[in-house]
Amino acid sequence: MKVAIVQSKPRKGDVVANMAEMQAIFAQLAADVEPYDLVVFPEAALTGYFLEGAVYELAFDAESLAERIANAWRSAAGALRAPVDIVLGFYENAGGTYYNSALYLSVTPTAHEIVHVHRKMFLPTYGVFDEERFLSRGRRLQAFETRLGRTAILICEDAWHAIMPTIAAIKGARVLIVPSASPGRGLSPSEPGRGLSGAGQLESVRHWMNVLTDYAVEHGVFMIYAGLAGFEGGKGMAGSSAVIDPFGKTLAALPALGAHILRATLDLDEIDIARARLPLLGDLGAVLPDLLYDDELQPHHMRRAAPAAVGSGDVR
Amino acid sequence: MTTLLPVVDAPAPRVPDLNLDPALAASWLEAFLYDEIVVRRNITRAVLGLSGGVDSAVVAYLAARALGPKNVHCIRMPYTASSADSLADAQAVIDDLGCEAHTIPIAGAVDGYLDLEPDADARRRGNVMARTRMLVLFDQSAKLGALPVGTGNKTERLMGYFTWHADDSPPVNPIGDLFKTQVWQLARHIGVPERIVAKAPSADLEANQTDESDLGITYFEADRILSLMLEGYDDRKIVARGIAASDVALVRKRVDSTHWKRHLPTTAMLSNSAINEFYLRPVDF
Repeated sequence: MKVAIVQSKPRKGDVVANMAEMQAIFAQLAADVEPYDLVVFPEAALTGYFLEGAVYELAFDAESLAERIANAWRSAAGALRAPVDIVLGFYENAGGTYYNSALYLSVTPTAHEIVHVHRKMFLPTYGVFDEERFLSRGRRLQAFETRLGRTAILICEDAWHAIMPTIAAIKGARVLIVPSASPGRGLSPSEPGRGLSGAGQLESVRHWMNVLTDYAVEHGVFMIYAGLAGFEGGKGMAGSSAVIDPFGKTLAALPALGAHILRATLDLDEIDIARARLPLLGDLGAVLPDLLYDDELQPHHMRRAAPAAVGSGDVR
Repeated sequence: MTTLLPVVDAPAPRVPDLNLDPALAASWLEAFLYDEIVVRRNITRAVLGLSGGVDSAVVAYLAARALGPKNVHCIRMPYTASSADSLADAQAVIDDLGCEAHTIPIAGAVDGYLDLEPDADARRRGNVMARTRMLVLFDQSAKLGALPVGTGNKTERLMGYFTWHADDSPPVNPIGDLFKTQVWQLARHIGVPERIVAKAPSADLEANQTDESDLGITYFEADRILSLMLEGYDDRKIVARGIAASDVALVRKRVDSTHWKRHLPTTAMLSNSAINEFYLRPVDF
């Protein structure tokens, strides 16, 4: 299973230029001898992340975007290079409701199919982030069938909540794709020799790599992390795209700065081997219903009345 | 009494150190300058006021890394009261970097106005000098086809220790989110001459002026307080970490009385399309 992560660096709001860039990247990928099964782009890859009110002008409906991307692939790569699957983060206009979404698109020589659209559920709205001022929350986390097997998409903050990869894995996902746009921050020293040209890693990148690795190990899943790159009004998108195997090993990782392509070949059988070695997901499947159907997890107004303690009326 | 088990104590809460990874900071800021100037604006040159102090020296070194030294125009803008050491220290940076250098005295422009205002106090005179320097910098920007780069650090921005719409006016600033003590760390890493890093910081608007005497607190202490304050710790908790209450009060007063200096002018809102209130577009759109 051959995968490419395109750590792109879009020009802010310039969809025409960014589509042309995408087509050129497709041509580069198609020139490889061995074809790709999956090409993953980051969050907001065609527009840049921070759009504020311009998000409404730059949101696509999924169908027409899928068609443009499929056409771009075919004209750049040639029909012989299909089938290929493409994942791309974009701002979605769903009939006047706007989402931060990611498209999973399957392109064949003559057709294309939207396999899934994930709408970001956790919209960061604090500090530098202001998503919920402009966008609506997605309401459903789904796992879906792909040529990689069962897969789920988590967009950026979706993946900072441990319950999200947990639910995805319980729903059968074996590969988690995480398109992201993470403004890099935190300059405190880390261990030497990692990250930017011998310097350390940003604190925000360290946090990302920690959570991605932890999820990969806990659930026995491949993590495919595609980070946006480039500076947006002083905020540097911290790239750092990576593929992490189900044992928690980073197969390859890109630097925080600059546009790059990461290539990786995934052996999906490793998932079963990892899960046999560390069967935490099986354990979780057995226990999770007890955890989730706990009355205390319901909002107060939805709880059943607390049952009377057994025999309490008789105590004297 | 015999000790049965060895004991491990967690340390008491303390003031976080502001140590940074200077190589990481330099790479990040070099990329910032390249993206903001070359990629976004399609400009290849930068222009900055080189005072002889550490802030503008650090920015000159970063800009030279991002754009190449020949694309960095360092402007020295001495006034008659400026110290001779400042000119010499700026020259050391110019010689070390091999950047383009210009010296444009501002006494004629400043005194042309201040001669009409003989009663202007030191603060007014300093502000006139700072604003004149920005006038020069922006005109040199037009002349040279070079983007003005700001050199204000986070400490002076938070303390309001700058002239509004002067020092803060260049469209990009690589060091505005670094405390002064972090600028010093970065300076040593990227090769700013030690003499410049070690000397007492000064706005150099009057003879023998230093920042720390103007502010009434050392940068080391101010940065420790500011970093906790910005994390959301109240004064009581900062004092509990061993910092003098008078210093905390001094810093709090400066920050709270200067929020306006960190914003654009207040505009009366009259419509549903008020700029930056309803009509919201990012700066790089």
